[in-house]
Amino acid sequence: MSDIYAVARPAAIRWHPAVVRAAPVTAVVTALMVIWYVAAVLMNWNIVRSQFERDDAPYTTGQLIAGTLDAERPLLPAPHQIVATFAEDVFGWPVTSPRSLVYHSWVTLSATFVGFLLGASFGIFLAVLIVHARTLQKSLLPWIICSQMVPILAVAPIVIVVLGSIGLRGLLPKAIISAYLCFFPVTIGVVKGLNSPDPIQLDLMRTWSATPAQIFWKLRWPSAVPFLFTSLKVSITISLIGAIVAELPTGAQAGIGARLLAGSYYGQTVQIWAALVAASIVAVGLIGVVDLIQRWVGQMMGARA
Amino acid sequence: MRAPDPGSFVGQPAAGSAALAVKAQGVSLTFETSDGDVQALADVNLDIPEGDFVSFIGPSGCGKTTLMRVIADLERPTAGTILVNGVTPEQARLKRHYGYVFQAPALYPWRTIERNVALPLEIMGLAPALRRERVEHYLQLVNLSGFERKYPWQLSGGMQQRASIARALSFEPKLLLMDEPFGALDEIVRDHLNEQLLRLWNQTGKTVVFVTHSIPEAVFLSTKIVVMSPRPGRIIDVIACDFPRDRTLEFRETPEFLKIAQRVRAGLRSGHSYDE
Repeated sequence: MSDIYAVARPAAIRWHPAVVRAAPVTAVVTALMVIWYVAAVLMNWNIVRSQFERDDAPYTTGQLIAGTLDAERPLLPAPHQIVATFAEDVFGWPVTSPRSLVYHSWVTLSATFVGFLLGASFGIFLAVLIVHARTLQKSLLPWIICSQMVPILAVAPIVIVVLGSIGLRGLLPKAIISAYLCFFPVTIGVVKGLNSPDPIQLDLMRTWSATPAQIFWKLRWPSAVPFLFTSLKVSITISLIGAIVAELPTGAQAGIGARLLAGSYYGQTVQIWAALVAASIVAVGLIGVVDLIQRWVGQMMGARA
Repeated sequence: MRAPDPGSFVGQPAAGSAALAVKAQGVSLTFETSDGDVQALADVNLDIPEGDFVSFIGPSGCGKTTLMRVIADLERPTAGTILVNGVTPEQARLKRHYGYVFQAPALYPWRTIERNVALPLEIMGLAPALRRERVEHYLQLVNLSGFERKYPWQLSGGMQQRASIARALSFEPKLLLMDEPFGALDEIVRDHLNEQLLRLWNQTGKTVVFVTHSIPEAVFLSTKIVVMSPRPGRIIDVIACDFPRDRTLEFRETPEFLKIAQRVRAGLRSGHSYDE
């Protein structure tokens, strides 16, 4: 009997899984691109027209539109301009050249890395202190929260000057500013994680008369690991932002922040956008690395696939 | 009918001569809460001879779990004295005299079954070789051989609870405290585990203290049933249940079984009417 129904129902079109997965993203990207190009034409319209008028050259609407998408210093560069500049800055120079985006990204990345390691370790250290001493929780937590309310852009130059006066320059001051920004999510996440074991699991430890160290290493710390990784993913992007921000007020010669600064000094909007693309690629890469480590650790700890 | 078991060293304890696993005298416990004091236990007197299987039964909130936690030194009584294996509960806990099985298996999700069972042994500092031996032995005892490398989520609820029982037995405590260990399981699994537990108790000769609110479970398993009533938790009846130890599930259809169950039910009912 069932074949009657089979005939009655029209065969559904089966898309390849890859298509099904990629379709929503592709649709959104396409829509964004269309909006972007329209916006580029509209925003650069006046700049290009006044240029034509200043040159006293006759122009058609077609030439005007073409001009908006190919201006040297547009208000909003078109995507293909950014891609071209990005490609040239990345591949057009040896990676050690100060004109190479790879070089600048590496400068920022190394500060991010050191800052992240410092910040994450400090964050974990604070969390352990807070969980093990109630008085510390009361005395430390308000300061930790306050530390995040201070605008980093105001603090950064002070930190740079103070550290500079004791002879610390270059990477380390940037790393410290980056660490200052990124320890907070780690502390909050790990405190939550260390407190996450079930009361029954803690009772069990008590019935076995486990020492506080055993309770920490065999129960609290493993329980905190998923929380730790969630925090680390937030924290590593913040630490990248911290490193870039630290390059802004210090007149750094190299780094993504220095590129942004130079671009805005000389009105090189395309260069700013190219640096932004580099920053996002670095950020995605960093989250990807943390994600990979998380998967690997998860596998070690028997997480469901 | 009892199968000869070379591992068993305790038979029926001779009446009157057995040492006491638990001796409670005038034990009371009052919790201080923000809504005022709550008396969880009032003047509890109880002797549990070694080798017995004693069930605490009563409605929710009657203090049966609290009494168990007092025995385990997870709560301190506000009055009265209690001895566990002849020493205070704290000393008994520090000497690891008892294994505790909670309502939830509470296995550590990042440890395999064998490493979960080995956890108390690690904490107590046993040598790795001895740990392996114990884990193998007790997993076999709860019929979980072959699941050593599985993670808890790969096992059913009943299997997880069996693993937690193996964990409680692994360090060979004299006393097994079980707080509604099968409460979260369906009845079919529960019946099966009751039979297994009885066999296990028979083989190991441990003293078992068992909290439940199921009358058939209590009568089926116990040598002694302690009926409790709520607010404040008191013992209203202690019913001897001296049937042979090799009971099968069919035992639950016999008149003797029903008679005891009837008495337990009557006790529970009188406890209730007292309160309402």
